[in-house]
Amino acid sequence: MTIVRFLVRRVITGIVVLWLVATAAFFLFFARPTNTVARELAGKAATAQTIQLIKKNLGLTQPILVQYWHFLDKLVHGNLGYSYLDGESVNTIIAQDIPRTASVVVGGVVLWLVVGLGVGILSATRARSFFDRFSTFGVLGGLSLPTFVLGELLLFAVFLPLNKHGITFIQDGYASPSQGIGTWVGHMILPWVTLATVQAAVYTRLSRGSLLDTLGEDFIRTARAKGLPERRVIFRHGVRAALTPVVSQLGIDVGTLLGGVVVTEVVFGIGGIGQDSVTAVVQDNLPVIIGFVLLAAAFVVAANIVVDLAYALLDPRVRIT
Amino acid sequence: MTGARGKSPGTAASGMLSSPDGRDGDVLVRVENLVKHFPVRGGGLISRTVGQVQAVDGVSLTLRRGTTLGLVGETGCGKSTLARCIAGLIPVTAGRVIFDGREITNLSRRAMQPVRREIQMIFQDPFGSLNPRRRVGSIIGDPFAVHKTATGAERKRAVQELMERVGLNPEHYNRFPAEFSGGQRQRIGIARALALRPKLIIADEPVSALDVSIQAQILNLLADLQDDYGLSYLFIAHDLEVVRHVSNQVLVMYLGKVAETGPRDPVYDSPRHPYTTALLSAAPAADPETAARRQRIILTGDVPSPIDPPAGCRFHPRCPKAQDLCGRQEPVLEAKPGDQDTHLTACHFPVDAGEDLTRPRARETA
Amino acid sequence: MSSVTELEFQAQAAESAPEQAIEGRSQWQLTWRRLRHDKVAVGSGVVILVMVALAIAAPAFAALTGHGPTQQFNSGTALNGIPVGPGRAFWLGADEQGRDLFVRILYGARVSLFVGIVTTAIGAAIGVAAGLTAGYFGGWVDTVLARFVDAVLAFPYIVLALALAVVLGPSLPVVMGIITFFSWAGIARIVRGQTLSIKEKEYIEAARSVGASSWRIMFVDIMPNLLGPVLVLATLYIPTAIVFEATLSFLGLGVQPPTPSWGNLLSGAESYYNVAWWYLVFPALALFITTLAFNLLGDGIRDAMDPRTERIFAAGRGRRRRDREAASAGAAPKDAYGLTGQAGGI
Repeated sequence: MTIVRFLVRRVITGIVVLWLVATAAFFLFFARPTNTVARELAGKAATAQTIQLIKKNLGLTQPILVQYWHFLDKLVHGNLGYSYLDGESVNTIIAQDIPRTASVVVGGVVLWLVVGLGVGILSATRARSFFDRFSTFGVLGGLSLPTFVLGELLLFAVFLPLNKHGITFIQDGYASPSQGIGTWVGHMILPWVTLATVQAAVYTRLSRGSLLDTLGEDFIRTARAKGLPERRVIFRHGVRAALTPVVSQLGIDVGTLLGGVVVTEVVFGIGGIGQDSVTAVVQDNLPVIIGFVLLAAAFVVAANIVVDLAYALLDPRVRIT
Repeated sequence: MTGARGKSPGTAASGMLSSPDGRDGDVLVRVENLVKHFPVRGGGLISRTVGQVQAVDGVSLTLRRGTTLGLVGETGCGKSTLARCIAGLIPVTAGRVIFDGREITNLSRRAMQPVRREIQMIFQDPFGSLNPRRRVGSIIGDPFAVHKTATGAERKRAVQELMERVGLNPEHYNRFPAEFSGGQRQRIGIARALALRPKLIIADEPVSALDVSIQAQILNLLADLQDDYGLSYLFIAHDLEVVRHVSNQVLVMYLGKVAETGPRDPVYDSPRHPYTTALLSAAPAADPETAARRQRIILTGDVPSPIDPPAGCRFHPRCPKAQDLCGRQEPVLEAKPGDQDTHLTACHFPVDAGEDLTRPRARETA
Repeated sequence: MSSVTELEFQAQAAESAPEQAIEGRSQWQLTWRRLRHDKVAVGSGVVILVMVALAIAAPAFAALTGHGPTQQFNSGTALNGIPVGPGRAFWLGADEQGRDLFVRILYGARVSLFVGIVTTAIGAAIGVAAGLTAGYFGGWVDTVLARFVDAVLAFPYIVLALALAVVLGPSLPVVMGIITFFSWAGIARIVRGQTLSIKEKEYIEAARSVGASSWRIMFVDIMPNLLGPVLVLATLYIPTAIVFEATLSFLGLGVQPPTPSWGNLLSGAESYYNVAWWYLVFPALALFITTLAFNLLGDGIRDAMDPRTERIFAAGRGRRRRDREAASAGAAPKDAYGLTGQAGGI
């Protein structure tokens, strides 16, 4: 089966999943007393008038299946709803805030993979050396430290003292790359470390274990016996085979990543869509929540397709089935 | 050999009566044309059945009370599958199994329950056939618990009696299997099989995994138990000398079919099927002079796959006596001229006494 | 009676004559012995017990200091609103509302430990039942369950937490429900895998030939072989559950103030850590130590059950010897139960 057919199949499955999620979300949120729904759509501080307006505009008194149909209709046209509390459409809110989230995610994921795989591979090749023991220690610490605690501790131990001494490179809150790369990094470095650390710990252990297993296999012994340079043996042969369990774990970890992003945004006050959705809960602001749920589902589906693709590229056996 | 006669207590309870006529009176197990095929699943997205493993293909046998039937053959000939079909552990594709006059082919689990008290199995692997996390007393007492025949102190006493009977120290009741040797573990398995005083014990290569010296002890134990309890054995093995030692009747299987069967002595002394002859010639003889005098018949080729068996007689590609007829027509299992009518062979050109098979005719292989 | 059998029996009886009522040592007894000698695991166990004791004794400490967990004291904050630091009156300091931090941390421990243990226990019960049934019966039941478990494991927890918080309102029961929902899946997956492999063993076939029913086989024959891995997994799931609850409470989706939870304590600390370091450090320390202790204990139990597994963190001499053994066995940190990467990542 070619890659194209593989992709097509996954995309179709992905769309089905998205549809299922949207349906579940719809019934979860809308299949409740009309007043509750209207109130939540309006947001905490809404007046009775706004609520009546909403009921009428969104047709909340119509039968549930009719509402469902309208909901799907709007979705297919890319309309994620309107936030009365903020006075903006959800699409706008997302468009404004997603660059912030993207900054966090991109940097965090890169750091996590580089450190996680890098330390893992180095540890495996230097098994039981000082480096290995030290990193093992670090892994255990990382595994036991929740993301938000790490974030706060970093603010406390790094940001605060540096600023007190006049070093203002590291800041909290958000700055876009357009304000200068230096500024951007300065603001994002702590969130990146926070997001990456716990996951890096997991992946260090995973890749180290996987590589150690692989290096013990006969085909590695053959490669060495052939006289290949050690670096080539490890990277060309060993790592490629060892990466497969790591990649499949990535697919599962997309969910964890989302949680980590939300937490990191809240701790550092980034103002991305993760933080928006948490704030929305406090404000009883349903439209933003719905937008986030659907967006998250789309992201998870897309990420899984990418991961499956990577897996298929790594492991030729998968393509045949 | 005395045999335990009479009906088991479970007969009336299960609602089935033993055969009223005397025909089956002496026969404990009768198998008629048993067929067992396993589907082979293939295909990509949707798995289809692309073939059948013809594990057992029309086997018939009778086992008389109080006797031992030795079932011999190479690995993959279907003897284990046949045993499990008789024991009701796997469903039968076609044919009948009649136990003590009752048909037990493909009975439901519930209907099979009372029969299970009368048919028990001993397994080959002394390490795999006992649950490592359970104590030995619990393992041996399992049949009592399952069939609710004894509880508490009574069960413990019964288990300890069994342990003693098979040669284990009853005070080891609370030990784990890991604390016993291979031979002792087989004794545990035997005790478990014996618990409900079954009529038939199917022993699937019970001594193959044991040291030779221990083998003798276990075989002697099995013989004693047969005398004391009137047991009948279906004894599966691939070692011909062991089979000769324990069996009254012998059945030689090849690739799912019966090659030859009959009372032990006629089969061993004057085998008629070329396969039987080859097997016997390959068995090591203790006496060097006998070994020197014996002709070693080397069979060419590998055992064919049971998914796609050869046409006609399944043995013909490797047979030193094969002719064109053998590749076209399956031989019938029947008594050959000069043999007793219980000594049956399935061969178009059976081996005569004194015939030399060491130089096969040159033939194209199929 | 055969003479050979008689002789063997006599020999056996002679060799074991002095022992009466011989008891075999079960897997559990052996594990316990190894565990007892593992300093790290024992230390972790002690820490956990101390935590539990402190949590249980929280009301006693409240009475001792005269500060309830939600009581606000004017003496807790200075005139400019900055909380008072650790000292005679407030042992670990106070928070911005003048509440005693030490007492609040102890009450938070109650929440964390309760959530951790209860959700893991329920999750394990459901997971074992589901995994065992699916693995043993196979067929469509198994396929459906396996797919479902995969879906649950891949599901972003944050999305579910947010959605339920909006619909049901944030609260502890909701959080516990969410955590249980995710924890049973991981256990079910492992149990199913183990059941599938155990099902093929000869002693299971032997049980069937004796006439044991499916249920009996599952509970008497298969389950004892499962309890070891499940125990290790459960011990490693407890810290995950604790961190889960803390994270959700931190975000405001869990335990609501003024009821203390380590999560919402740390949420409050966010605004004051620059003037009240104790507000951040002590709850963080409590959370970290508890999580670390459970992780180390789980690691230790896994090692005690199967000493071939390479430890993440082993104490001194034992480690070098184990490493040499492991090196000769192929230098692979074989995770006997496939438990890589379970305890972190929230």
